Amino acid sequence: MPNMSMNKNPMPAQEPDVRNKNFDEVTLGYTKEMAIDEAGRCLNCKNKPCVTGCPVQINIPEFIAKVAEGDFEGAYQVINESSSLPAVCGRVCPQETQCESKCVRGIKGEPVAIGRLERFVADYHNANCKEAAKKPESNGHKVAVIGSGPSGLACASDLAKKGYEVTVFEALHVAGGVLAYGIPEFRLPKAIVQKEVDGLKELGVKIETNVVIGKTISIDELMKDYGFESVFIGSGAGLPRFMRIPGENLNGVYSANEFLTRINLMKAYKEDSSTPIKRPQKTVVVGGGNVAMDAARCAKRLGSDVTIVYRRSMEELPARAEEVEHAMEEGIKFELLTNPLEVVGEDGWVKSIHCQKMELSEPDESGRRRPVALGGQFTDIECDCMIMSIGTSPNPLIKDTTEGLDTESFGGIKADEVGATSKPGVYAGGDAVTGAATVILAMGAGKKAAAAIDEYLA
Amino acid sequence: MYKIVKKKELNPTVTFMSVEAPLVAKKAKAGQFIIFRAKEDSERIPLTIAGYDREKGTVDIIFQIVGAGTEILNSLNEGDFIHDFVGPLGKATEIEGLKKVAVVGGGVGCAIAYPVAKALHEQGAEVTSIVGFRSEDLIILKDEFEAVSSKYILMTDDGSAGEKGLVTTPLDELLKSGEEFDEVIAIGPLIMMKFVVATTKKYDVKTVVSMNPIMVDGTGMCGGCRLTVGGETKFACVDGPDFDGFLVDFDEAMSRGAVYKPFEQKAREETCNLLKQG
Repeated sequence: MPNMSMNKNPMPAQEPDVRNKNFDEVTLGYTKEMAIDEAGRCLNCKNKPCVTGCPVQINIPEFIAKVAEGDFEGAYQVINESSSLPAVCGRVCPQETQCESKCVRGIKGEPVAIGRLERFVADYHNANCKEAAKKPESNGHKVAVIGSGPSGLACASDLAKKGYEVTVFEALHVAGGVLAYGIPEFRLPKAIVQKEVDGLKELGVKIETNVVIGKTISIDELMKDYGFESVFIGSGAGLPRFMRIPGENLNGVYSANEFLTRINLMKAYKEDSSTPIKRPQKTVVVGGGNVAMDAARCAKRLGSDVTIVYRRSMEELPARAEEVEHAMEEGIKFELLTNPLEVVGEDGWVKSIHCQKMELSEPDESGRRRPVALGGQFTDIECDCMIMSIGTSPNPLIKDTTEGLDTESFGGIKADEVGATSKPGVYAGGDAVTGAATVILAMGAGKKAAAAIDEYLA
Repeated sequence: MYKIVKKKELNPTVTFMSVEAPLVAKKAKAGQFIIFRAKEDSERIPLTIAGYDREKGTVDIIFQIVGAGTEILNSLNEGDFIHDFVGPLGKATEIEGLKKVAVVGGGVGCAIAYPVAKALHEQGAEVTSIVGFRSEDLIILKDEFEAVSSKYILMTDDGSAGEKGLVTTPLDELLKSGEEFDEVIAIGPLIMMKFVVATTKKYDVKTVVSMNPIMVDGTGMCGGCRLTVGGETKFACVDGPDFDGFLVDFDEAMSRGAVYKPFEQKAREETCNLLKQG
């Protein structure tokens, strides 16, 4: 008899007033008892609607059934057939618009907490399974993966499991891409990312940090001089956008990328860090996506008063509902329907933001209602730190140095549904193709490309 | 890990190192830079490449000990390893087709002006080198510059060597006397480059400057190195580090360069104390 409770088992979490002063993980994860109880809410539907909502088609009812039986390692094995980063995805996937949005239990009441269960299973495995993954026998084919973010890790993992000799090239000094430099410790502990990377190494994947493909080595050289038969480009969308308004280059104005990289990659939040960061009194974050929430919550943890400035209304906020809720609980303010016009400075430092008040008109091509200026209504927000979080574009380093690689006008690499680019043997996926999107979509693209590369080299 | 195969003190605050980094050495060109982290928990710091040996697989760096990061780098010796060393980053200095060039170097900037002068000399260009230092004991690469320059003009602030004065004085005199340079390439402190540009502007001689702003990743990801060039925002790491000097907003660059001054001061003092104890 299924557990007919209308609500998910709540996620244990640090109290908002405590956690907004530290960088420890906000949510603490289910206990075994909670996991088994929550798994009991799954109806094990025959047509598995939840699976259709998962970009990597995890057999969700099957893993949940194992959890319900208390066979947590068995549950892990089910997930592991389809996903290479469950501990990451269980934490950062937007389940509410994916698997959980399709859950039958969500029609009356809350859907099954699939994301929380995925995280529980992955954490259980990481804590209890000490067995190193077996290195598969080599099939003699060499594949290069550019970028160690979600798409690159997923692609490398699938290829390595099939026996390919995979080398991952990473421009920074640690692997993980956006999981390492972008998503904060309190949402995705770096030890978890490291664990996933270590798992890949056990499969025989080589990780070469400090190599910038396009600069240190070109793609043509990888294929001609280094013997790689195929290349997967998962270089992400790392180029920050700015608003092109006056005063943007004042001191105290950061891109979200820079602010987050200093904090996450370089550990600038620690008192003894050798990388500096402004410890602001009053911060304005511009933008409404997950990255904006991350930047705002980081600034809060550095001791700042934080306001998010967004030009649309609460309904259009692109961030995950959970992130917005967490941000609000932690005391972050929202100044909606507000669009910065100018950054006002004093002695070279940002002092305030001069903003236009907005109202919503008809929906635009994205389906969201378009913000338009509300004539004559302005507001000025004082601050000593401003963080631009209005999106990123694909990094041009590879496109500029690779002949025969076609790109879209926005900079994304042109690739078909399995990731094949205009250059033979070269595949691409994730944000490098689509522009900024989610971890799980990038992972899905990496997996599809791995299958296509396998077919190409077979 | 990247082995230091040679270390030499060029003056009390400037050190030369040759570092084993074959992949970087294979691709390096004058004007490009690397980013290093001396130790596992060190800051990422950009340094323009001072030289390279493709066969030996080494890259030369010359750095002034200005903060905690360079202090820690300087505490490493021959045979030790630099934790991270990535590059070559940025665009190379464009020297193709140049026949007559004035290379202006200031202080430790001479370390990166020299490979440019050398590359120009090697392609048969006539190089006038004008270099400036605070005083005689800070002079670096004198013999090297002389070997690749048809004219070598040495200036010091205090007159302890060469002529007393700033690099802009002989530059102005040369231009006034009718010397026609295809280009002036200036590499040094921001304030020096600003005044070199103010000098060459009068004669409308194309002037290229090498910018060295604060950076984190060096691949275009953070935007910390942004500059205003010709009214547009540019990233020094991917669009530069060389820019048309007439278009660079030097005042903004100077303000941005000072953003972490108090932090750097404190970090350096703490590091000095730590290294002394060690």
